Amino acid sequence: MEYIIILISAVFVNNILLSQFLGICPFLGVSNKLSTAAGMSAAVCFVITLSTLVTYLLQHYVLDPLGVGFLQTIAFILVIAALVQMVEIILKKLSPALYSALGIFLPLITTNCAVLGVALTVVTKEFTFGGEAHMLNLGESVMYAFATSLGFGLAMVMFAGLRETLALNDVPKAFKGVPVALLTASILAMAFMGFSGLV
Amino acid sequence: MSKLSLVTKGFVKDNPTFALMLGMCPTLATTTSAVNGMSMGLATAFVLILSNMAISAIARFVPDKVRIPSYIVVIATFVTVLQLLMQAYVPAVYDTLGLFIPLIVVNCIVLGRAEAFANKNSVLDSALDGLGIGLGFTLSLTVIGIVRELLGAGSIFGYKLIAGDGILVFVLAPGAFLVLAYLLVIFRKYILKNE
Repeated sequence: MEYIIILISAVFVNNILLSQFLGICPFLGVSNKLSTAAGMSAAVCFVITLSTLVTYLLQHYVLDPLGVGFLQTIAFILVIAALVQMVEIILKKLSPALYSALGIFLPLITTNCAVLGVALTVVTKEFTFGGEAHMLNLGESVMYAFATSLGFGLAMVMFAGLRETLALNDVPKAFKGVPVALLTASILAMAFMGFSGLV
Repeated sequence: MSKLSLVTKGFVKDNPTFALMLGMCPTLATTTSAVNGMSMGLATAFVLILSNMAISAIARFVPDKVRIPSYIVVIATFVTVLQLLMQAYVPAVYDTLGLFIPLIVVNCIVLGRAEAFANKNSVLDSALDGLGIGLGFTLSLTVIGIVRELLGAGSIFGYKLIAGDGILVFVLAPGAFLVLAYLLVIFRKYILKNE
């Protein structure tokens, strides 16, 4: 039950793009085409889930016992950068097709703030899923990371679809490009506000 | 390029928010009020100046292949310094900005300046560049914060100007996208005059 609450809350109620503003760069940058948006979302989903698993273990079994919690930021970003590199190498070997499809997006994910944001959130913030406030355990953390990245994918794909249609329309000169995309995002965020209070 | 123009170019021509469109996450997330926007801008400027100086000093000794990871470690170090300083001296501000302070590490403005400017210019020039871009970022965040606070709560920097409740949506997520979109249009049309 708790896992379902985490899923709904992370995908709809606290959508990472439309209500937490993490990962806005790819949201605005690679949402011109539906297929690239879907590819980016898949790569982000993979990296967020994996990196949260690793950083959670790092925080609770290395940094905390040694009493060096303040090194969190440095340690996490190094882990994420290394992980992205590793994923790149493994994919290149195992699935060249997927690798060439995700190609340019993979290295970009290191500086996607959604990845570091989720990794930091699960080890610092208390959640109130199903009763009193508590820190997430390993299973819940990974579930939260996975659900968050699903929310990322949902918003990305919806937004890319809207932008593809938008590209065919006549937009005033000063609004071309990013401004009209931001207005679209605003309306999408308003729609997602309707989910608040669901969980 | 003169020393003064290094600082002033960040305000309009190379403005990180409105001209370069970098660092969008903190721009949208932390500008719920003028004070929050300004604090976020100043925090980023602090990291930007120090990391620019450090990177311009070490750039000659860093092998090209491990350039980016090394820069990220330098930036992460200064962010950790900032986190500890803020927790000690301005804990209230640190709590409001929350997650977005550690996330300065992955702010594209900071790494962008390291790659585009600091690794091929002198320490002094890099510090001035960091100051200019940092202040430009602070300026834009403060402007967005002022507009959102005025419309959303009827006040500026906490001083109540319009009686009654504001339009709450401007403080919430959709308002952030909306205000940024319109400010961007105004900036393009009347300040850059290129469209």
